[in-house]
Amino acid sequence: MTLLGKLTWQAFPLDEPLPLFSGVAVFLILIGIILWIWRNGHIPYLWREWITSVDHKRIGIMYFMLGSVMLLRGFIDAIMLRTQQAMAFDAPGFLPPSHFDQVFSAHGTIMIFFVAMPFMIGLMNLIVPLQLGVRDVAFPTLNSVSFWLTAAGALLVNLSLVVGQFDRTGWLPYPPLSELRYSPGVGVDYYCWAIQISGVGTLMTGINFVTTILKLRAPGMHYTRMPMFCWTALASNLLIVAAFPVLTATLAMLLLDRYVGFHFFTDTAGGNSMLFMNLIWAWGHPEVYILVLPAFGIFSEVVSTFSCKPLFGYRSMIYATMAICIIAFMVWLHHFFTMGAGATVNSIFGIASMIIAIPTGVKIFNWLFTMYGGTVRLCTPMLWAIGFMVSFTIGGMTGVLLAVPPADFQLHNSLFLVAHFHNVIIAGVVFGAFAGYTYWFPKAFGFVLDERLGKWAFWLWLIGLWVAWGPGYIVGLEGMTRRLQSYDVAEWHPWLLVMAGGVGIILLGILAQIAQIIVSVRTRDQRRDLTGDPWDGRNLEWATSSPPPSFNFAALPNVTDLEPYWDIKTRAREIGELARPEPQYEPIPMPRNSPTGFVTAFFATITGFSLIWHIWWLVILGLVGAYATFVGFAWRDHDEVLIPAEEVARLDRANRAARATRLQEQMAERESQRESGR
Amino acid sequence: MVLGELGGCGRAQLQPAGPISAAERKILFDSVVIMLAIVVPTILAVLGVAWWYRPSNRRARRQPDFVYSGRVEVVVWSIPALVVIFLGGIAWIGSHDLDPAKPLRSHSPPLDIQVVSLDWKWLFIYPTLGIASVNRLVVPTGVPLHLSLTSASVWNVFWVPQLGTMIYCMSGMADNLYLEASHRGIFYGESAMIDGNGFPDMHFNTHALSQDRFDTWVRTTRGSGPVLDEQTYRGLLRQSVPPKPYTYRSVQPGLFADIVMLKVPPGAGPRGGVPGVDPIGGRSVHPVAAP
Repeated sequence: MTLLGKLTWQAFPLDEPLPLFSGVAVFLILIGIILWIWRNGHIPYLWREWITSVDHKRIGIMYFMLGSVMLLRGFIDAIMLRTQQAMAFDAPGFLPPSHFDQVFSAHGTIMIFFVAMPFMIGLMNLIVPLQLGVRDVAFPTLNSVSFWLTAAGALLVNLSLVVGQFDRTGWLPYPPLSELRYSPGVGVDYYCWAIQISGVGTLMTGINFVTTILKLRAPGMHYTRMPMFCWTALASNLLIVAAFPVLTATLAMLLLDRYVGFHFFTDTAGGNSMLFMNLIWAWGHPEVYILVLPAFGIFSEVVSTFSCKPLFGYRSMIYATMAICIIAFMVWLHHFFTMGAGATVNSIFGIASMIIAIPTGVKIFNWLFTMYGGTVRLCTPMLWAIGFMVSFTIGGMTGVLLAVPPADFQLHNSLFLVAHFHNVIIAGVVFGAFAGYTYWFPKAFGFVLDERLGKWAFWLWLIGLWVAWGPGYIVGLEGMTRRLQSYDVAEWHPWLLVMAGGVGIILLGILAQIAQIIVSVRTRDQRRDLTGDPWDGRNLEWATSSPPPSFNFAALPNVTDLEPYWDIKTRAREIGELARPEPQYEPIPMPRNSPTGFVTAFFATITGFSLIWHIWWLVILGLVGAYATFVGFAWRDHDEVLIPAEEVARLDRANRAARATRLQEQMAERESQRESGR
Repeated sequence: MVLGELGGCGRAQLQPAGPISAAERKILFDSVVIMLAIVVPTILAVLGVAWWYRPSNRRARRQPDFVYSGRVEVVVWSIPALVVIFLGGIAWIGSHDLDPAKPLRSHSPPLDIQVVSLDWKWLFIYPTLGIASVNRLVVPTGVPLHLSLTSASVWNVFWVPQLGTMIYCMSGMADNLYLEASHRGIFYGESAMIDGNGFPDMHFNTHALSQDRFDTWVRTTRGSGPVLDEQTYRGLLRQSVPPKPYTYRSVQPGLFADIVMLKVPPGAGPRGGVPGVDPIGGRSVHPVAAP
């Protein structure tokens, strides 16, 4: 046993130029950014305002930034995969199988765990407390721990790029291939520990949000007055609480197999590899809905706001959401109809999977009727929503097709399947994240994003999605299986060339989004959102300033109906002045910043890394450090800061003044319209 | 020579060459048509409504308070429900009719074939005929095929798209699958589950021959080639991609059962490293530097 466990110089890809150069480049960029921040004296600001922040809005923004950075990483993987398959007709391409297998495994892992999840959790963090009309989530420090643990997982995945290697068995490491006997390297261990660490963070997020939504709501906000996004967030977090322990337990079993010679999944020694498939999908299928339900909530908000109408069939939407939440746990077997289960088992799970299409279909129809009779403003968030409705309907159709067992017998593990889940995840989750991002960006930062570049991004993404994955359906029907590093079938080649073109179009979409950010930041002074309500919104997040003060609301709103903010605005327009009188300003206690999350994640990263490389003394050190952090936090004396009443008054009066001015403008506008109408 | 006269090789599951894949294609098409009847109008309605209610359209009738309608609710819940009832029926009947383990109705008795997925090749044993073939499946047309499938390494999926149903091959157990080729041809077969570096090369051709020609092939096969017993089988276990298919003139009886029951232990499994040597002089197509 050596001091550094399995870690030797051989772990570094000194003889493989591609990972070496990319790794070194990323490392240099990171060092450069840190040096720049340090030289400009931003470190105290970052530490005070962001790293130790327990403010749900800041944490939400950091989640979204983590997701964006990882999207770039995962997208580079996508470019490599598409390029390889475009080149590898009767040729080896540029990626050998051992490298190609790592790339598709990393692509899937990153896109699901470190892009889609942070996007959705980030938007929930930013918006749910605002929509509920409260000051923060139930456990603000825990929230910060959740975020930093997720970031620690993402760091470990990226570390595998330069130290050792990543998993080569796909984004879900099925045994027997992932067992120590067949995957002796550190790849599967990197996967498992990264997901274990971030999984704990996600579970804590689930607990935090379920508690927040069930227990912390503004006075008068009954369950049936909650905005749809809060309902879908509730459903999604209930699923997290129920499903993520399954993931943790499953990966723990795999780790026990790999580290201490257990036999949960080894067929040769009394275990059963099929058990892993069942367990991982008992988490994996609910996971799909954990991602897409919040997206449904975002689309509900967006469609309603930009159709200038309340959501159609609100109660129906609640039933649909909760139905999906429950049935999500009853369909996992459709991921392995071809494993030889009996006909009755297959058809029951097939039908259960189809049943999910009913509430989902209801949702599509309800959004359609929300637009019906409204005034549909085709701003960027609304474009994402319409692009979603069209594309997701097709993706849903291919999904129901895959739920028919005899059809699945010919489609399972083919590119048709891969096209299906890219179709629904990009059109559903990613478009949902982008709709939410453009819709709530002004709330987070106080200025509106550039519309022209936003529309460019939308069209490029939409066209790119279909150019990249439309041919995927076709080539899947021509018998192409997934994860092929090379092939010698001439019929597949042209379609794979088109798919590579599609990923290029999406690349342009991403560039448009980067340009949108740069342009919008540089012209932010012309695009300020002074009132806090840039889209003529309907729910409480628009009732406070943009960006909101740390305490969100000077006085907690009193909710009397669905769409409380729309009611306030309507009354104001009727009486010609702000509907709510100036409140009695009082000092507000807010949770104190805490480095607990950052420090815990620091030790968690060390623990994870040393477990991967079998550096046992460092494992112990990391665990002791993490526990000491917890004890240190538990023994704190002061956990709140008081925001003085004068500060509250100053911020709120400024916002009220802006709103009053805006109201007068609107009244004058309406008056002049009436004059000219006569 | 027996095999050389069949013309090109097909692979799409939409060009069925047997009753199973034909039935599966029918279910696939029926389901798509049923769903398109809802999906197409829905998509057109989404686009139409979004465009019609644009702010500048003076002819659109605005109803900002239209937020609930019992009639609409009934319709939006029942349309998808009806589709699912319909499709659910298809799924139920189809799953039972096309259950992989269900014997096919036929005048002729089924031909038994035992399939073993290895790193990175396919072994087909014909227990009743006493012969075996590597990386080429030869079958008679019009005769039901009873395949028993297992793996001597990691998981795999056996799939011949033009014949139908794919199924997992797993170590320590055997799956059952019934297929049939209804006309002559060469059909592409492949592995549909990642199993290490040799995965992309793990494909084979299925040759469907008339009964006469199949009998000739069996006779020719019995006439030459090595014998497959436990010792030669152990050689097969080593990872390799054979440069071309080959056959065994005889097979040790009960070998497949021994493989399934793990009496013959499974292979070392796919490794990135050492290129394997095939017993017939194969090579590893992707020699990769040791990790």
